[in-house]
Amino acid sequence: MSEQQRRGGDGKFGRYGGQYVPEALMPAIEELTDAYERYVLENEDGFMDEFRERLRDFGGRPTPLGRADQLSERYGVEVYLKREDLLHGGAHKLNNALGQCLLAKYMGKERIVAETGAGQHGTATAMAAAHLDMPCEIYMGRRDINRQRPNVFRMRINGAEVNPVDIGRGTLKEAINETMRDWATTVETTHYVIGSVVGPHPFPSMVRDFHRPISAETKRQSVEAFGQLPDAVVACAGGGSNTMGIFSEFVDPGGLPGTDPANNEPGAEDDVDLYAVEAGGSSLAVDEARGVAPNSASLSTGTEGVLHGARTKVLQDGDGQIMESHSVSSGLDYAGVGPELANLVDEGRVEAVNVDDDAALEAFHRLSQDEGIIPALETAHALAYLEEHDDPTELGEYVVVNVSGRGDKDLESAIEETAKRDLPNAPEMDVFDEHGGLR
Amino acid sequence: MSDEPMGGAGQSRIPEAFDGEPAFVPYLAAGDPNYEASLEYVEALARAGADCIELGLPFSEPIAEGPTIQQAVVRSLEGGMTVERYFEFVSDLDVDVPLVCMTYYNLIYRYGEAEGPEPFVERAAAEGIDGFVVPDLPAEEAGPLREACDEHGRDLVSIVAPTTGEERLQRLVDLASGYLYIQARLGVTGARQSVSDRTAESLARVAETGTDLPRAVGFGISSFEQARDVIAAGADGVIVGSALVDIVAEGHEADRPVAETADRLEELGRELKEGALAGAGTEASQAD
Repeated sequence: MSEQQRRGGDGKFGRYGGQYVPEALMPAIEELTDAYERYVLENEDGFMDEFRERLRDFGGRPTPLGRADQLSERYGVEVYLKREDLLHGGAHKLNNALGQCLLAKYMGKERIVAETGAGQHGTATAMAAAHLDMPCEIYMGRRDINRQRPNVFRMRINGAEVNPVDIGRGTLKEAINETMRDWATTVETTHYVIGSVVGPHPFPSMVRDFHRPISAETKRQSVEAFGQLPDAVVACAGGGSNTMGIFSEFVDPGGLPGTDPANNEPGAEDDVDLYAVEAGGSSLAVDEARGVAPNSASLSTGTEGVLHGARTKVLQDGDGQIMESHSVSSGLDYAGVGPELANLVDEGRVEAVNVDDDAALEAFHRLSQDEGIIPALETAHALAYLEEHDDPTELGEYVVVNVSGRGDKDLESAIEETAKRDLPNAPEMDVFDEHGGLR
Repeated sequence: MSDEPMGGAGQSRIPEAFDGEPAFVPYLAAGDPNYEASLEYVEALARAGADCIELGLPFSEPIAEGPTIQQAVVRSLEGGMTVERYFEFVSDLDVDVPLVCMTYYNLIYRYGEAEGPEPFVERAAAEGIDGFVVPDLPAEEAGPLREACDEHGRDLVSIVAPTTGEERLQRLVDLASGYLYIQARLGVTGARQSVSDRTAESLARVAETGTDLPRAVGFGISSFEQARDVIAAGADGVIVGSALVDIVAEGHEADRPVAETADRLEELGRELKEGALAGAGTEASQAD
């Protein structure tokens, strides 16, 4: 495979990728591809300079890479946390939302639409649109709206319209369908800010490149903190945007001009093991008759198919109907995955692993108690992998975990899900009496 | 078709649908709201004078469809529609008009043991499907399906959007066979009040390519007047989906007898067919 193909320069990552969208959208996709190549890859009109400046001044980049003292002791390895939870908005999502909204502005688009699952991409897009003074509408499944009320309010407060999607199960998959329908109607004036490294080319490559600072900073900060690149990088994977964000400079060093090089030995990136941790949900088994997969582990259990504009690994039945996925974390609750990540797993460069809902919740409480960081339930999956691993020291001496987001948005879900389980490390949550007073 | 070889394959009959008067091309989702009723509904449209029928094979993620057809897809899937049942449905249908399978690419791609769209096309051809229209398959990705269609004598319809520019239009024209599906306006499927100005514009642009492919206009057509106006604007056919699906949905919700819903479909079907004929200034009685 040529470097061009590996990087998706032609829209294909091995056998994955492509552009499976209605003809009405293709002219806009062509226009976007052209804009991506000129502004992002070639820094035309200083686009990337402005993007990096805004990421710094508005977003708060670079985010720290910090040692997790308690976890390091617990696992017998040096655990470092890449703190994307400290990015403005509380998740890595702002990198992409800001990049795409700014690109839309350079392209002369007047309006922003986006889908959201957990609401993190929706809030990031609402913030970026407000920051750049663009009208913004967010589509969100009804079920997710109920699971993520704080984020709905944040979007509204930032001036975005939030449109509930009632069809189907009311999660991310349906929200993407509905946003595509909006875009098919308004494509001449509107840009669709896809929230992950999914969808038709150029989205998977473009979204990855907007998240590339995570990886570039991790490399530089690793060399500064412990004198070498990490031995392993662990990130949770739903669609895969934080995953590709932190992996990109390890699979494709210097793939984006202008990225600060880290002071590491040339080629050392190849020795960094990359783990994509998927949501194992309640079980890896599927119920074909009901069309339900009680997990969101497309890389581990999915098959090749075409979903939302790309050929990739998807959760589907024998006919090719897309299954309803499940995860305790709505940000991972998706039946597909980015095509580049699917290819990297096929090639053996990335190892796909998964942990279940219970392990994720335990990890959520552990990081909160041991390190004073409440992680997003998505992120908790990445952390749970260390705990679930038979012998974490096999991962190497230095392990970086991408803390993709903070867990404030998940408090309601976390309380509810914790109450359903007998977790070894959860605090007593019924501190309030029935009148809302302290017991 | 009189000289079908064994197995029902032969060549696509779609050219016959456009070889004279303006064509009426209705769409229904197969199996909406259930298998038996749906057979009656499709047959009612054939009686109404349909020249070609677009028969939807429901996919769980119908990104190009408006609410009306989304609900049809949900009803059909909940009613037990599968790819295998769809082929049975086609084979059980008692109609003598060309059939176009309208579905999304994943179902075509996934079918059969061998990789790619060929096994699906082979089976569909054997069951009596004449062509395909696949809303999420732009020219960029259509090569393998085009090849399979050629191999089995089937047509692949291209959708031409209002946003399609000159260069893309030529690619679509070169790719397509059977007819061109001219999307009357931007957006998703669904009935609308009036015919878009962009329709005439699109028809003129297609004419400029010099193609002799028939041009059928769809998206938003629901009445005699609209069908007439679209044909008068230069189209060779009208495609009507949501307005017909609305009748199926109403019948389902009101729990009407299947025969009554079928009658209503036939009635609107005749009105649309007459509208199309009126648009060409042709009397229904003069048609062959």
